[in-house]
Amino acid sequence: MSALSSEHLLNIEDLTPEDIYLVLDTARSFKEVNERPIKKLPTLRGRTVVNLFLEPSTRTRTSFEIAAKRLSADGINFSASTSATTKGESLVDTAQTLDAMNCDLVIIRHRYAGSPYILTQNMRAHIINGGDGKHQHPTQALLDLFTMREHFGHIEGLQVAIVGDIAHSRVFGSLAPGLRMLGASVTAIAPPTLLPARPDVLGADVCYSLDERLGQFDVVYMLRIQQERLEESPFPTLREYSRFYGINSARLAALKPEAIIMHPGPVNRGVELSSAAIDNARNLLLYQVNAGVAVRMALMYLLLGGESEA
Amino acid sequence: MALLLKNARCVDPSVQLDAQRDILIRDGVIVETGQCGTVKLPKGTAVDLAGKVLVPGLFDMHVHLREPGYEYKEDIASGGAAAAKGGFAAVLAMPNTKPVCDSGPRVSFLLEKAREVTATRVYAAGALSVGLAGEALAEIGDMTAAGAVAFTDDGRGVQSDGMMRRAMDYTRTFGKPVLSHCQVESLVGSGVANEGVASTRLGLAGWPAAGEEMQIARDIALCELTGCPLHIQHITTAAGVELVKAAKSRGLPVSCEVTPHHLFLSEDDLDCTYNTNLKMNPPLRTAADAQALRAALVAGDIDCIATDHAPHAAHEKALEFELAPFGTTGLETALGLVLTELVATGQMDLSTLVERMSHAPRRILNLPPVQLAAGSSADLTVIDLELPWQVEADGFVSKSANSAFIGRQLKGRATDVYVAGYASLKKGELVGESC
Repeated sequence: MSALSSEHLLNIEDLTPEDIYLVLDTARSFKEVNERPIKKLPTLRGRTVVNLFLEPSTRTRTSFEIAAKRLSADGINFSASTSATTKGESLVDTAQTLDAMNCDLVIIRHRYAGSPYILTQNMRAHIINGGDGKHQHPTQALLDLFTMREHFGHIEGLQVAIVGDIAHSRVFGSLAPGLRMLGASVTAIAPPTLLPARPDVLGADVCYSLDERLGQFDVVYMLRIQQERLEESPFPTLREYSRFYGINSARLAALKPEAIIMHPGPVNRGVELSSAAIDNARNLLLYQVNAGVAVRMALMYLLLGGESEA
Repeated sequence: MALLLKNARCVDPSVQLDAQRDILIRDGVIVETGQCGTVKLPKGTAVDLAGKVLVPGLFDMHVHLREPGYEYKEDIASGGAAAAKGGFAAVLAMPNTKPVCDSGPRVSFLLEKAREVTATRVYAAGALSVGLAGEALAEIGDMTAAGAVAFTDDGRGVQSDGMMRRAMDYTRTFGKPVLSHCQVESLVGSGVANEGVASTRLGLAGWPAAGEEMQIARDIALCELTGCPLHIQHITTAAGVELVKAAKSRGLPVSCEVTPHHLFLSEDDLDCTYNTNLKMNPPLRTAADAQALRAALVAGDIDCIATDHAPHAAHEKALEFELAPFGTTGLETALGLVLTELVATGQMDLSTLVERMSHAPRRILNLPPVQLAAGSSADLTVIDLELPWQVEADGFVSKSANSAFIGRQLKGRATDVYVAGYASLKKGELVGESC
């Protein structure tokens, strides 16, 4: 039994605001554990956690892997290059195979939207979506919410700008609805070639200009320009993109004094953030990464029942 | 041997008929219709159809029978059986088989095989271009001689304007209509869901309505230029219907069809379960579009219903949404859906249903009409309007169960189908023998 209102975390909307705050509160105590010299808890001893990463990922996979180890779970990595999927096995068959091995929790990262749901239909394990296509990346949203809450003390009332390749962004797909759920406002800032058809459906209003309202945001969340998308030519050059949508020294100066810059990483230095902006934001970007481990520990703990052997 | 169908409510607007009649059939042809009890059966079988509705046999002008090449999805026999089960006396088979039906011998194969293996009448649509590649004209003359009744590159739009113009000009030689699948591929890209709410909510590449409407507008312009009869396949948007309506009002030989799934489903039915049976080409559009399509069908701006019956094997649909093939089956659910959603709700009367599902397709394809009158071929569909049933995954005659409507509760379905006086469906059961 999950301690949350959902057995799985596929979409941020699976959680209620109370669930989200429970995750964030729980993560806070795990974050403290992560600062200790001995960072291991016996909480998930004997539980099997599978990292099913069918799309290349280092940061997210490592974060989940560390989270599982810190909770004493037995973690297994099942990645695209070593898996049967490269031999043409369907996701349904992969799921049933893993199920036959009695896994307790599976984290899936896949390039296709909706793939975590396929696992829920073919496995008994709890499923966490580690990023599905252009759809959602709910654990990223949770660690971002954690970061904003720790920084400002609250999320309600924050004005958040999310800037960049929103059309292809699963981060936006989870973060925008998550922010709205907790009472923040969200503005999507990008040229229309990088926007989905209806950002309003995800709770965001739209602005084509970064400069127009830069001074009013509490959080400016910069998305990564994915180089592999550039063949679709959503903008003429990286140089022009950076000129209109990158954070540089001039734009740093135009921010509210208390505003923060966030980024899911990895950063394209000189594209969405200039070196000066990275240096300015450095502490927070690393804070996000640090919080990611704690948030993922909290999720694993809560989905697997919130029971502790310790 | 003669066959007397007694006491059915006979509905056929082409002869202004909606009344109880007895119908006498001999040698596959209707020889007499009359008031109940007045038609004498010299020798043969009488069937009492009291409480049922008898209409000219339904015709589905857009089906994929998958043979040759994809017999694991469907074949001519199973597709013909699915048609009969759904109340259809005849179907038009699309050419996107493997190999593509793009030459005379391939048309002959389809028609000859169909005569052997199914009681359902099967007509052939030939490819417009060799291999459906949209580049070189297929042998449209040869295919016409072999019996093809229409030409289409269904499955994808002909991308080159010049090629489409040439294809329509040339097809006009043989007096056949061109059936057009309208989409501009450079706008569709890798799209898998309607561009708008669904694509945004589900993180799927969008498929804008504009790509369909632009090609409808182009093909109407080419219809005006060439004079070739044009039939727009599976229209999905209110704006597309307006284009067709305007073309008709200018007197152009343009018609269009709509599928049951575009009538009775919308992008709002796509949810985070990513049901691949709702992945369509063209995609499910907005609820407002679906509503406009229903109104246009009732009003006659849309000429007919065609299912785009697109069977796929279970393992092909049990994939990630973006990887699964497009399409839903339709033959076995179309009539029940129209009866439940449009007729039982009072939006459409039975005469209009007969016009849209029986007369219009034959007229568009220049085929002889089927009427409830002496001299007509006895291609008939018998309907029980009251029969409740549920669409179930294991309830299909088709080899495939990829229906977008699984779980729907429906009221009304075909109980009997006659093709030239032979029953292909009797009391809801498939049959092959003579009657």
